[in-house]
Amino acid sequence: MEQLLLLLLIIPFVGSLVTFMSGANAKIIGLIFSLLSLAVAGVMLANFQPNAALQFELNYPWIPEFGIKFMAGVDGISMITILLTNVLVPLIILAGFQHNHSKPNAFYGLILFMQLGLLIVFTALDAFLFYIGWEAALIPIYFICALWGGKDRIKVNMKFFVYTIAGSLFMLLGMIYLYLQNPDNNFALASFYALNLDSVQQSWVFLAFFLAFAIKMPVFPFHTWQPDTYTSAPAQGTMLLSGIMLKMGIYGVIRWLLPVVPLGVQEWGGIVIILSIIGITYAAIIAFTRGDSKRLIAYSSISHVGLISAGIFASVLSQNGVQGLQGSMIQMLSHGINVVGLFFVIDILQSRLGTLKISEMGGIAKSAPLLAITFLIILLGTVALPGTNGFPGEFLLLMQLFEYNIWAAAVAGLTIIFSAVYMFRMYQKTMLGTTNDLTVVFKDIAGSEKVVLFSICFLVIALGVYPKPIFEISEASVQQLLQQIQIKLQR
Amino acid sequence: MINLIWLVPLLPLIGFIINGLGRNSFSKSAIGIIGSGVVLAAFALSVGIFFEIEGSEVKSHTIYLFDWISTGSLKIPLSFLIDPLSSVMLLIITGVGFLIHIYSIGYMHNDEGFGKFFSYLNLFIFFMMLLVLGSNYIVMFIGWEGVGLCSYLLIGFWYTNKSYASAAKKAFVMNRIGDLGFLLGVFLIFVTFGSVEFATIFPMAAAYMPGDTTIALICLFLFIAACGKSAQLPLFTWLPDAMAGPTPVSALIHAATMVTAGIYMITRSNVLFDLAPVIQHLIAIIGLATAVLAALIAITQTDIKKVLAYSTVSQLGYMFLGLGVGAYSGSFFHVLTHAFFKALLFLAAGSVIHGMHHDQDMRNMGGLKKKMPITFVTMLIGTIAISGIPPFSGFFSKDEILAHVFEYNQLMWGIGVFCAALTAFYMFRMLFLTFYGQFRGTHHAEESVHESPSTMTFPLIVLAILSAIGGIIGIPEVFGGNNWLAQWLSPVLNGVRPIHLDHATEYIIMSVSVGGAVVAIAIAYFKYIKGNHVPVADAGERSFLANLSYHKFYVDELYNAIIVKPLEKISVIFYRIFDKKIIDGIVNGLGLTANESSKGLRLLQSGNVGFYLFMMVVGIIALFIYTFLAL
Repeated sequence: MEQLLLLLLIIPFVGSLVTFMSGANAKIIGLIFSLLSLAVAGVMLANFQPNAALQFELNYPWIPEFGIKFMAGVDGISMITILLTNVLVPLIILAGFQHNHSKPNAFYGLILFMQLGLLIVFTALDAFLFYIGWEAALIPIYFICALWGGKDRIKVNMKFFVYTIAGSLFMLLGMIYLYLQNPDNNFALASFYALNLDSVQQSWVFLAFFLAFAIKMPVFPFHTWQPDTYTSAPAQGTMLLSGIMLKMGIYGVIRWLLPVVPLGVQEWGGIVIILSIIGITYAAIIAFTRGDSKRLIAYSSISHVGLISAGIFASVLSQNGVQGLQGSMIQMLSHGINVVGLFFVIDILQSRLGTLKISEMGGIAKSAPLLAITFLIILLGTVALPGTNGFPGEFLLLMQLFEYNIWAAAVAGLTIIFSAVYMFRMYQKTMLGTTNDLTVVFKDIAGSEKVVLFSICFLVIALGVYPKPIFEISEASVQQLLQQIQIKLQR
Repeated sequence: MINLIWLVPLLPLIGFIINGLGRNSFSKSAIGIIGSGVVLAAFALSVGIFFEIEGSEVKSHTIYLFDWISTGSLKIPLSFLIDPLSSVMLLIITGVGFLIHIYSIGYMHNDEGFGKFFSYLNLFIFFMMLLVLGSNYIVMFIGWEGVGLCSYLLIGFWYTNKSYASAAKKAFVMNRIGDLGFLLGVFLIFVTFGSVEFATIFPMAAAYMPGDTTIALICLFLFIAACGKSAQLPLFTWLPDAMAGPTPVSALIHAATMVTAGIYMITRSNVLFDLAPVIQHLIAIIGLATAVLAALIAITQTDIKKVLAYSTVSQLGYMFLGLGVGAYSGSFFHVLTHAFFKALLFLAAGSVIHGMHHDQDMRNMGGLKKKMPITFVTMLIGTIAISGIPPFSGFFSKDEILAHVFEYNQLMWGIGVFCAALTAFYMFRMLFLTFYGQFRGTHHAEESVHESPSTMTFPLIVLAILSAIGGIIGIPEVFGGNNWLAQWLSPVLNGVRPIHLDHATEYIIMSVSVGGAVVAIAIAYFKYIKGNHVPVADAGERSFLANLSYHKFYVDELYNAIIVKPLEKISVIFYRIFDKKIIDGIVNGLGLTANESSKGLRLLQSGNVGFYLFMMVVGIIALFIYTFLAL
C-alpha cells in the first residue's frame, strides 16, 4: 500500500519531466499525467481507512547526518488536501486548452512540478521534507506568473516571491530551533509533537511559523501581495495560487502549528482571530467597489480565507473544536473548487472581451446562457447558499466562532451579507442588463470550457447536497489532533 | 401515505430538472403540463397526508431521510416533520401553487422564457416544502435560503431591465441580513440545547423561566430573520421592489407563501417565544408599525401592483402583531385567508395588466368592469375579503387577531382598527380607479382591452370562492363555531388559547372594526366614484403628507444615504488609502530596506530565467539522487 503514496509523488514528477521535453502537445501530455495522479488519488481514497491512523507511510533515510528522513504519510487531513490538489490540477490544465501559451512544455511542466511540491507539503511528516515541498511549490508558480503573466508581472511577482520567501525563512528558522531543542536530533513531526517547550519558547516558534503561513493564506495585514499577484498572473496561475497554494498555509497551521506549539496558540490565537475577522470584513468591503473582476475575486478570497483561519484558531480556543476544524476541512475543498471556477469564468470573459472591467460588460446572459447558469451556480457556492458546497464549511466555521465569542461570530457573519453584495453586483454588471457593442456577440462556452465548468458545478452541488463523505474522511484525524493539543496543554 | 412524504418535495424538484433541461426543446403545452402536473400530484399527496393525520391519534410524525452534516456532537439529519401545522402549510403551498401554475400557462404564454419560468416556479415549490417540512432549523434554513434564491431569480426574470435586476439583488441582500439573524439564532440554540431538532429543543425549553435572557436572545435573532423574509420594519423595502417579477410570482412568492415563512417559523417556535415576553412585545410593536406605515404608503400609490405590495407588507404586519400578542392560531388563520385573497388579488391584477398590455398605472385604467367581468367580480370578492367585511374570510382572521390585541393592549387595538379602515380605503380606491368610471387610457388601448383566457380566469374563480368562504375553518365561539383551526393546531401551539372577553365586548370590537371599514369604503366611494378623482401625475402638486406617502416616506433614500453610500465611500478609502498606501507602503518600505542591505547578493542574480529553471530541476534531481545513493 505504501507504494501508492510513492506513486502519487512520482507521477507528477515524471510527468513534469516528460512534459518539459515534449513539444506543442504538452497540454495533452500534462493533462494525461494529471488525470493519472487523480486516478491514483482515487485508488488511495478507496483504500483509505477513515480512522486517525497514518496510512500509506513512506520512510526512507535521506540525510542521516542531520536526522533528515524522507518521511511521508496520509491521514484524513492530508487526504482532503490531496483530493483538493488532484481534482483541481486536471481542471486547471484543462482550463488552459483554450489558450495557446508560448512554450507550453515549460508551462505545463511547471504546473506538474508544482503539483509535486504541493503533494509533498500535504503528506510530509518530516519538517525538512515539508520545507522542500514548500519551496518546490513556490518556485514553479513564481515562473508561471512572472513569465506568462500580464501587466507589471516582473515587479509584482518579485514582491510576491520575496515576501513569501521571507516568510518561509522565518519558518525555516523555527524548524531549526525545534530541531535543536529536539533530543532525538531529527526533523520528524512526531518528535516535534512530543517536544516540551515552555510558553515563551512556544510563542516565538509560533510567530516564526505563523508569519510564513499568514503570508501564504494570506491573513490581514499580510495580504497586500495577493491582489496584485492574482491580477497580473495568467489565469491558470491565479487558479493554482488561490485554489490550491493558499491551502498550504491553512494546512501548515493545522499540521505544524496547532499541535506543535499549542501554548503559543493560546497566547496569540485571540489576536489571530481578530486579524482574521478584520480581514473578512475589510476585504469584503473593498470588494464592494472593485471594477476589475479579477481583483474583486482576489479580495473576496481574502475575506473567505479569513473565516477559515478565524474558525481554525477558534476551534483550539473553544471547548469543543471538532466542528470548526471539520468546517475548515470542507471549506478548503469548497473554496478551492469555487475560486478556480470563478477565475475560470473571468478568464473566459477576458479572453472573449479583452477586458477585466465589469463596467464594460453586461447582458452576457442573453448571448451565453450556459456560461450565465454555470457562473451563477459557482457564485451561489461562493456565497454559501445551503445546498451548495460553500454552506457546510461556512456554517461550521461560524458556529465555532460563535462558541468562542458571540461578537466574533456576529462580525464574521457579516460575510453572509457582504459576499452577496459584491458577488451579485458582479453578476449583475457582467451577466444581466442589456448587451453593449462589446458583449452583443459573445460565444457561449463550448468544448473543454464546458467540461471544466460542468465538473465544477457538479462538485458545487454534490458536495452541498451530500457533504457527509467528506466529513467522514477527516473526522477521526481531526478529533485526534484536537486530543493531542489538549493533552499537550494539560502537561 | 405519510411515508411517501419525501415525494412531496421530490416531485417539484423533478419538474424543475425536466423543465430546466428541456426549457428550449419542449413545447409550451408540455412544459405547462409537467410544471403544473408535479404540483398537482404533490397537492394530491398533501391532501392524503392531511386526512391521515386528521384520522390518526398521533399528530406528529418525523420521517428521517439521511444524515446531512454529522461531525463532533453536531448531528443534522435531513428529516421531515409532519404535524397539523406543516400539513396545512403543505395544502396551501401546493393548492395555491397549483392554481398559480395553471394561471401562468396563460399569463406567460408569449414569453420566450416560458420553460425557464416554470422550472423556477417548481424549484420554488421544492424549497418551500423543505422550509415547511424540515424537522430542524437547518433543513428549514435550506428551504429558507432556497426560496430566497428563487425569489431572486424570479424578480430578475426579465433581467435585461436594469432596475429589475437591481430589485432582485436588493431582495437577496436584504433577506441575507435576516438570514444572518437566523444563523446566529441557530448557533445559540445549538450552544444552549445541544441540538437543532424541534422535537429535542422544545421539550427542553420547558425548563426555562419566562424572561430568560438566552431564550430572549434566541428569539430576537429569529425575529430578525423573520423581518427579512416577511418584509417587516426595517427590512421591508425589498418587497415592493419585488413586484418587478412577473405577476404570478408576486402572487405565489411575494404574497401567498414565501413571505409568510417568517410567521410560520415563529409559530413553529412558539414555545421559545412564549418564554420571551419582551421580544413578543417588540414583535407586536414592529408588526403594528409596519402595518400602519405600509397602509399609509398604499393609499397614494398609482401602480396597481405597488398598492397590492404595500397591502401585503401591511397584512404581514397584522400577522406579526398577532404573533406578538400570542394569537398564534389567529395569525396563522390570517396566513391562510391572506393566501387566498391576496393570491386572488394579484392574479386579478395580473389579468388587468394582461388586458392592459402590461400597463400597470391605474391612472390609465377605469371602466374595466364591463370589459373584464370575471376579473372584476373576483377582484371585488378579494377586495371585500381583505377589507374585513363579514362573512368573507378576511373578517374572521382579522377579527381573531384584533380580539387578542384588544385583550393585550387597547391602544394597539385602536391603531389596528384604524389600519384596518385604511386597508378598506386603499383597496376600494384601487377597485374604483380600475373598474369604475371612464377609461382614461388611449383610444387604441381601450379597443384592445380584453378578458383573460380561461387558464387565467379559472384560478381566479377558485380563489374567489375560497376567499369568500375560507372563514369557515375558524368561526369563533361567539358565532356558535368551534374555531376548527385553533383546535387543529392545538397540539403544536400548546393548546387552544381562548379569548377571555364576554360576548358583548366581542360584538362591540367587531362592530367597531367593520364600521370603520364601511366608513372608509364610503369615503373612497365619494372620492373616486362620485368625485371622479384621479391621482395627479408624478410631478403634480401634493400636500406635504400626501407627498411623504407617495414617496414611501423616503425610506429607500434614507437607507441609501446612511448605509449604501457611506459603505461605498469606506470601500474606496480602504482600498486607495489603507490597502495601497498604508499597509502596502509599510511592506514595500521593509522590502526596500532589506534590498539595500543585500546588494552583495546581486551577483547571484543573473536574471536569466532559463538558468533558474535549470538550477531548480538540477537541485531537486540532485536531492533525489542523493536519496537513492544514501539508500
